[in-house]
Amino acid sequence: MAASASLARPRTRPALGAAVGVIRPLLPVVIIGIILFLAPAFLSDFRQNLLAKFLCLAILAVGIDLMWGYTGMLSLGHGVWFGLGGYAMGMYLKLEDADGRLPDFMNWSGLIAVPWFWKPFEHPWFALPAAVIGPGILAFLVGYLVFRSRVKGAYFSIITQALALILSIFFVGQQQYTGGTNGLTNFSTLFGFSLADRSTQDVLYFLTVAVLVLTMLFATWLTRAPLGSLLVAIRDDEDRVRFSGHNVTLVKAGVFAVSAALAGIAGALYVPQVGIISPANMGIVPSIEFVLLVAVGGRGTITGAVIGAILVSWARSTLSENYPDTWLYFFGALFIGAVLLFPAGIVGTWRALLRRRPAPLRWPRSPAAARLDPRGAAHE
Amino acid sequence: MTNDPRTNYWLRKRFGRRTIVKAGAALAVTPAIASIAAACGGDDDDAPATATGGSSGSGGSSGDTIKVGILHSLSGTMAVSEVAVKDADLMAIEEINASGGVLGKKLEPKVEDGASDWPTFAEKAKKLIQSDKVAVTFGCWTSASRKAVLPVFESNKALLYYPVQYEGLESSPYIFYTGATTNQQIVPSVEYLLEQGKKNFFLVGSDYVFPRTANKIIKAQLAASGGKVIAEEYTPLGHTEYATLIAKIKSSNADVIYNTLNGDSNVAFFKQLRDAGIKASDLTTMSVSIAEEEAAAIGGDVMEGHLVAWNYYQTVDTPENKKFVPAYQAFTEKSGKKRPTSDPVEAAYISVYLWAMAVKKAGTTDVEKVKEAMAGLEFAAPEGPVKVHPTNHHISKTVRIGKIRRDALIDEIWATKGPVEPDPYLETYPWGKEFAKEKKS
Amino acid sequence: MDIWLQQLFNGISLGSILLLVAIGLAFSFGLMNVINMAHGEMIMIGAYCAYLAERTLGSGAIDYAFLLALPFAFAIAGLIGMGLEVTLIRRLYGRPLDTLLATWGVSLVLQQAARSIFGAPNVQVTTPPWLQGGIAVTGSFTMPYIRLFIIGMVLVAILLVWLYLVRTAAGRRTRATMQNREIAAALGVRTPRVDMLTFGLGSGLAGLAGCALALIGPIGPSLGTYYIVDSFLVVILGGIGQVVGTAIAAVAVGGANALLEFQLSASVAKVLVFVLVIAFLQWRPAGIIARRAAR
Repeated sequence: MAASASLARPRTRPALGAAVGVIRPLLPVVIIGIILFLAPAFLSDFRQNLLAKFLCLAILAVGIDLMWGYTGMLSLGHGVWFGLGGYAMGMYLKLEDADGRLPDFMNWSGLIAVPWFWKPFEHPWFALPAAVIGPGILAFLVGYLVFRSRVKGAYFSIITQALALILSIFFVGQQQYTGGTNGLTNFSTLFGFSLADRSTQDVLYFLTVAVLVLTMLFATWLTRAPLGSLLVAIRDDEDRVRFSGHNVTLVKAGVFAVSAALAGIAGALYVPQVGIISPANMGIVPSIEFVLLVAVGGRGTITGAVIGAILVSWARSTLSENYPDTWLYFFGALFIGAVLLFPAGIVGTWRALLRRRPAPLRWPRSPAAARLDPRGAAHE
Repeated sequence: MTNDPRTNYWLRKRFGRRTIVKAGAALAVTPAIASIAAACGGDDDDAPATATGGSSGSGGSSGDTIKVGILHSLSGTMAVSEVAVKDADLMAIEEINASGGVLGKKLEPKVEDGASDWPTFAEKAKKLIQSDKVAVTFGCWTSASRKAVLPVFESNKALLYYPVQYEGLESSPYIFYTGATTNQQIVPSVEYLLEQGKKNFFLVGSDYVFPRTANKIIKAQLAASGGKVIAEEYTPLGHTEYATLIAKIKSSNADVIYNTLNGDSNVAFFKQLRDAGIKASDLTTMSVSIAEEEAAAIGGDVMEGHLVAWNYYQTVDTPENKKFVPAYQAFTEKSGKKRPTSDPVEAAYISVYLWAMAVKKAGTTDVEKVKEAMAGLEFAAPEGPVKVHPTNHHISKTVRIGKIRRDALIDEIWATKGPVEPDPYLETYPWGKEFAKEKKS
Repeated sequence: MDIWLQQLFNGISLGSILLLVAIGLAFSFGLMNVINMAHGEMIMIGAYCAYLAERTLGSGAIDYAFLLALPFAFAIAGLIGMGLEVTLIRRLYGRPLDTLLATWGVSLVLQQAARSIFGAPNVQVTTPPWLQGGIAVTGSFTMPYIRLFIIGMVLVAILLVWLYLVRTAAGRRTRATMQNREIAAALGVRTPRVDMLTFGLGSGLAGLAGCALALIGPIGPSLGTYYIVDSFLVVILGGIGQVVGTAIAAVAVGGANALLEFQLSASVAKVLVFVLVIAFLQWRPAGIIARRAAR
């Protein structure tokens, strides 16, 4: 969207233009990074911890944005990937905490030995990559199957949503292996450092900021590479991209996998800082809330995803603190308002204001969506 | 439709040269981020200065009020139950304040919404302890929420009072449990059923920790006392289709259903049980998660005659209860609807009083001192006398089997002679060895 | 043998409820390509209507309060549905994914509103005496009157909907719009009006379902969330916008749930049903009955 406006602008000299073209997109990443690195100086322990949690969600939001904002696939099941990443980390923390004995919940669920698939998670060199690669591979497989049968648009959303529901029911049901509804909690140490220590939490915070910055750089690079244009082309007209010789199924499954891997990273960072991962993190409700983060910030803009994630999570926290009885009204209104009044999100609207043009009140209707729409049937 | 110029544009772009990307975004971001940072810190009266805080101490007692936290789900699926308990906490606080407060200071409740979401519970617990610096927190209902906040309270050395019957096998140094543990509810109720000549148990529960652990205990107990488990069935939380499960019950030869279903599922289960033609007189059911409010929501006509096991009913005949019931109903009427009292409501009410008594005894709100003062405290509760166990942080309670009436209140039909000592790890039962070993040394 | 008959009956019973919920979703999905996440809340509104009817008419009217509640629930849920269509969904045409998010917001607001109005705890409805009990066919095979009533009600409702679509002018307009919006509009069909009415009809049917569910399940703010995902699966499985396909899918999902749950457990049954639906979609991506002119 942003690029289309540049056509109307007088062109700068090529060399300067190229330099600006490289630096400009990186500027917001640098600014956000600097602010976040300095933020702890102004925040209490509690707020810093909270911000760290929001940043984990921001990493995930970038992943959702790649899928939704750029490629036009709305996943309502990202809680699944977030949860899998979180569980991989949680399993490691749990085994570290148990220190050779049986983790507490297995004990009260009637297991006498650590099950075989838990064993490798003793080792951080297995658990950490698994938190990222695991969701990535699984998402690729699911995505490949789903996209191969040309499931897209709202169908895809519903299927991912059902996946989130089913997997959370499954995790609740397998209490002896997953901790059931309680999930995994009560961790004490990470690599031998106490999780309750301020210094451990500080390190985790800065690690989260670093990962977020890297994620933003990666996403900026990806969306500006030729591949990025391909993604947008798929969003706008999947069939034409297919006809021009691209393997759309593979590309979509790939983006889905990358997005899931980012969610896995977010989950793995979230667990030691929040101290719990449970099926409640992977169900329908959190999954939809993840999407809201991107919708508010501005889909199709990496910065928007990050800003949206931080702002919405912050609003959720503050509203529920101050108006415990009525905050859901605000939250519900946020969904409606974000979509109805500011479909371009905060960043999109801001950019439009800078350009002194009215914000795009309607999200451009993609032909792919129109094809699903019976009103488009006449043209086929 | 397919000749959309925008698409052509994008396709051209894909196959053509890369364009210089326009920015402006960079400028756009700066103020937004700054405002977030400000906002995140802004509502903290204690922003950077509290870096050292977070550990134990006599938090909350500055000024002329003592801040106490209340942490329950006011939204989401658990709000159904937890709102009533929150009201009990608030009422006890109001009563204590009316009689002069604690240590000459008024209690100032700080209510947080756990939103039926376990990570939110952990977040709000941290907020109450670290940001609001409450002296104590009363809260949680589900085991999952308690397990989620347990590490928060332990690592911050802060106190939680937990008011609901639960699956036992826990004894945190920073949690006081004022609801029943298993040997104050489940174990005696099974004994009662066996005494009544019921041998074949059909275990029905929601799929989460409490029912699974409860059923594990029941199985061990039955194995040791000649009973038999016919079947063990779990349904997802919020499940509302019970026709199939009821068909299974009918085709079995069970003579008692031991029910650990939770929340909305109970409504569906009992209504559909009745529709299938099974009345309380045909098949005994024993429920451990249905109190007065739940019975009323299912309907007295449906629940009439079914058995429940608790420590307290609204109809309990003690002088304290005669004052407690009208007080609670008047209190809830102010905020809308007159509510019945129930076991968790009463346990929550007790918990506030026990903490206040301990603070008075200790002369401070310091967590460690309050913990010491708690040991052995006695209180004349609406359910009768209760006493805090010297070491395991539970309280002794009288166990009562009740029968639901048509008006959805519950009549006591059997009770233990006096309060039963809490035994969260079932160490005093010969068949409880396998549970006792879970106790952390 | 008895037990299989019982399970067959239970499956049909569950399927009929799913059908009543899903038919409204299928309409809005087929007609406007809209996914209405607030559809479950229409069920909730219907259930609360049953409660309100009983409260207003008093305990003397138990025999017929429920019967009066049915049209009341249909009307209220239908009106709220129409209101939703006019104020929100209409403004989001052609943006199915956005509609999905916005209606999710609506569902949050409606749930919280129910909590504010009726309180967080569940409320209850007394089953009319003539619906209590059931027909004992054989020893362990019982058909509860309520279930029979619901199955009958669904059949009548579906028949009426079918008659509406096939026999009335309004129904013809609806079908025309569903098949080709532009040409229908060109021929003078006021498509926005059709959208509104159809959306209202779908919401009203969900309200009806809620009213019936009030007798066999809980009535609380989160009632709608219990049935909605299953209904979505039914819609996808049946083929978008296909009444017949939706009906077959509803009975199939209901039956599969009942049979699998009897053999295994409720959690595993739900997981398996989902896997089966996905497997089926691999084979027939457009659902049981594919839309004409689908790819």
